[in-house]
Amino acid sequence: MRIAVAVAAAAVVVSREPGRGRALVVRGLVQSRVMAWLLAAVLAFALAAGSATPVRAAEANGPSTGEAGAGETAPAAPSLAAALTLLAGGEAQARLPAIEMLTAVGGDAAIRILEAMRDGRLVVTPAGQALAEGDGRWLDLVSGAAVAAGDGQPVAVNNRLRNAITAALAGLGLTSADPAMRLAAARGLQEKPDPARLEALRQARAVETDEALGHELAMALGLLELSDPDPVVRTRAAGLLATADRREVLSLLEAIATPRADGSHVEPDPGVRAAAAASLAEVDRRLTRNEYLGRAFAGLSLGSILMLAALGLAITYGLLGVINMAHGEMIMIGAYCAWLTQGLVRQYLPGWFDVYPILALPVAFAVCGLVGIVIERLVIRHLYGRPLETLLATWGVSLILIQLVRQLFGPQNVEIVNPSWMSGGIEWSSLVLPWNRVVIIGFAVLVLVGTALILARTRLGLFVRGVTQNRPMAGAIGVPTARVDMLAFGLGSAIAGLAGVALSQVGNVGPELGQAWIIDSFIVVVAGGVGQLAGAVVAGLGLGMLAKFIEPSMGAVITKIIILVVIIGFIQRRPQGLFALRERGA
Amino acid sequence: MTSRRSLLRLAAGSAVAFPGLTASNLLFAQDTTPIKVGVLHSLSGTMAISETALKNTALMTFEEINAKGGVLGRKLEPVVVDPASNWPLFAERARQLLTQDKVAVTFGCWTSVSRKSVLPVYEELNGLLFYPVQYEGEELSKNVFYTGAAPNQQAIPAVEYLMSEDGGGARRWVLLGTDYVYPRTTNKILRAFLKSKGVADKDIDESYTPFGHADYQTIVANIKKFAAGGKTAVVSTINGDSNVPFYKELGNQGLKATDTPVVAFSVGEEELRGIDTKPLVGHLAAWNYFMSVKNPVNTAFIDGYRKWAKANNVPNAATVVTNDPMEATYVGIQMWKQAVEKAGKTETDAVIAAMSGQTFAAPSGFTLKMDETNHHLHKPVMIGEIQADGQFEVVYQTKTSIRAQPWSPFIAGNENKQSL
Repeated sequence: MRIAVAVAAAAVVVSREPGRGRALVVRGLVQSRVMAWLLAAVLAFALAAGSATPVRAAEANGPSTGEAGAGETAPAAPSLAAALTLLAGGEAQARLPAIEMLTAVGGDAAIRILEAMRDGRLVVTPAGQALAEGDGRWLDLVSGAAVAAGDGQPVAVNNRLRNAITAALAGLGLTSADPAMRLAAARGLQEKPDPARLEALRQARAVETDEALGHELAMALGLLELSDPDPVVRTRAAGLLATADRREVLSLLEAIATPRADGSHVEPDPGVRAAAAASLAEVDRRLTRNEYLGRAFAGLSLGSILMLAALGLAITYGLLGVINMAHGEMIMIGAYCAWLTQGLVRQYLPGWFDVYPILALPVAFAVCGLVGIVIERLVIRHLYGRPLETLLATWGVSLILIQLVRQLFGPQNVEIVNPSWMSGGIEWSSLVLPWNRVVIIGFAVLVLVGTALILARTRLGLFVRGVTQNRPMAGAIGVPTARVDMLAFGLGSAIAGLAGVALSQVGNVGPELGQAWIIDSFIVVVAGGVGQLAGAVVAGLGLGMLAKFIEPSMGAVITKIIILVVIIGFIQRRPQGLFALRERGA
Repeated sequence: MTSRRSLLRLAAGSAVAFPGLTASNLLFAQDTTPIKVGVLHSLSGTMAISETALKNTALMTFEEINAKGGVLGRKLEPVVVDPASNWPLFAERARQLLTQDKVAVTFGCWTSVSRKSVLPVYEELNGLLFYPVQYEGEELSKNVFYTGAAPNQQAIPAVEYLMSEDGGGARRWVLLGTDYVYPRTTNKILRAFLKSKGVADKDIDESYTPFGHADYQTIVANIKKFAAGGKTAVVSTINGDSNVPFYKELGNQGLKATDTPVVAFSVGEEELRGIDTKPLVGHLAAWNYFMSVKNPVNTAFIDGYRKWAKANNVPNAATVVTNDPMEATYVGIQMWKQAVEKAGKTETDAVIAAMSGQTFAAPSGFTLKMDETNHHLHKPVMIGEIQADGQFEVVYQTKTSIRAQPWSPFIAGNENKQSL
């Protein structure tokens, strides 16, 4: 085997040279394909050779394996030290042989090195130490001990090497004592079923006690056993796959269950075909359900964002009747508050970085509320009862605010980083629900409840409702209407600021941010019915759902047009919106 | 009354200005008046994320040239205008540059729709435009020099790479773009190319989003579904700041580069600055230059830009990056300078004639040549993978520069249209 690896390494080094840089020439393409097959063959051989040793490798854990290898002098001997020497050389061509060698050696240390390499964290020092940084400290991957940062070179990988590492890890991890490694191995084997791992997989499945892990292993086993010579095993495998939630399984089962164009079958045994057909229906049903759930989630996410953006407007326009074209700019200022808070937290409270969006909420609420109050005092208060002038004046205010932000922070988008708890997603069956969207849906609900409580339960809310319903009467019984107008406008602006913080986590933050939301906000408020929050909620969610259920079949551009046409039709039919307007008593 | 007087004054002014202009060509002996050069890039709106850096690069290059004595002993005086990602405004600003500011040359535009919008202006007024961005081809104007890549210098090699074993051997293709002329034409060419390679129509999924689109949930879900049918690669021609939500969604939904690589044609180091690239490691971009390329010219170029950014208080000056269109802007300005020096004057037709065959040692590490006939550069092709630090690692590059084919052979009727 040592000779085989040496030959493989030589073949890789030699064969890579002529193929470089000729992809444009057909000859080059053919040549690189030949080269690629050669590499694939070498890799398959090395993996097969490596699979013979996992038991021994699992017994000889970590450091001891390294020491065992250190005694040998031949450069291509499959040892951790030799592999690291190959990597330390920095030659791009040496990396694939090094991966093969690590696979052949096996053991937890090899797995740790391969994982670090896959994630691009691996650093190899000239002395042949394998280091990786994690949580701010450096680890020696062979011994597992913490060390000082070395002067090594990072090992670069490309997609091809990553795939080779994934395949290698899938086999090695099966016998690991760490359940996380076994899980990764089972997942990896589902992605890339490897017949050479069949026996190891059967053994692993037989001794696995964890239920969820057992299921993953069974799925991986099922995929491989579909090509077993024994029809009984194949039938069992096909039946087992009914619980799969990967779309790849679907096409695999389909190929078995359905006849070819000439009526013949890939699968000779009718019993296996029947089992496959049953599983196919089951998997298809589950995946279709998940697809619709996914769309519903996307719709809910878009809807909650629309609702958040429109909620402030539902107060300033819906309750106060001010056509506030500067509403979008309040959202924009809220988003810039998030950005400023991010910068401040990063500088002065680095340990608190992950909670900056929460810290940004009161900042945005206060800043936008104040800006709103100032605008109301300076501009809007003089224009009550003159909608056209209000429209023009607030539009002017919006232009001023955009330019102000441009002057202060530059015309370019600013960089917002999601905190770690808002990155990634929740995996459930075949669905991934991104955390930032889940959080925003929850946040929208909170803001909605809070706003509703303010309007329904507080003195300010009572006054706002009173002034909205009958201004002269409210004034006559001693409600300070001008003050209420001011505070209500401030509240609407402050809520828009909260929306801005939320939007900063999913989209771009730039001076024109508000322009993208002002139309949508008005559509939501108008379609929902001016005068109450419920309209904005129903219209926001409704439009979000509608958009996300049309988009998969029609595309984003057409969807936008359809939504606008629907809105025009709806407004014509029902000008008062979903929920009828309560007439002002005056 | 006043308006008539000002009209008169304007007429008198232009009467003086025009003879002055022609006289400057005759007085080549000692003319030290500055040469006005236009910069036409969006500094606000959806394209500002990409174009602001090009404006900066142009200003830096002008400074560099002025520091070395200018062109023909004359200083360069930049005239910067902001067309604000608004396509008709591009044409207005271009006309302003040519008729009011009387610039000798303009460096500008990013999107093809903006270039298409200014093209009639430059042709009508016989101006000179240097366009620094990769584009879809299908165009050739005497008044424009294209220093970015044509499809055969970027799109086609990138797809060939993804088809190869090294690139993952993709068999199914998602062609995803912003809805305007560049992505649509590029995808038309790519579709024809893929068909010539035996890819069936059912294995190609083409979709578009509007400019500034921010919700990529459905798109990413569709890519996932499509990718289950076999090894899939995504070719992204998404332009502008939509890329930020697109890549965020990719990362959050866990679409891995090892399974479904995304190769982008309009995403470089600059666009990635606003994104956490750790979940995106392994996704690709195809360009003719990457900041990570190691050679002395590039080191000097990067250092020069860093210093300039610091001296001019560019936001986040400590972390500025260089990218392909910036390099193309730099090369374009340097070549224009050489051509003006060769011609001995800044007059459009003379400079156009002098541009043919110009060469320049570019930061990409290659000596680029302006083609004698088709106004495009001969460029090397590089394909890079995104790294965790937002840089690209070159995984493939051509040995030599490749001549541009602005008229793609994969579009019918283009056989006889290769040069002016």
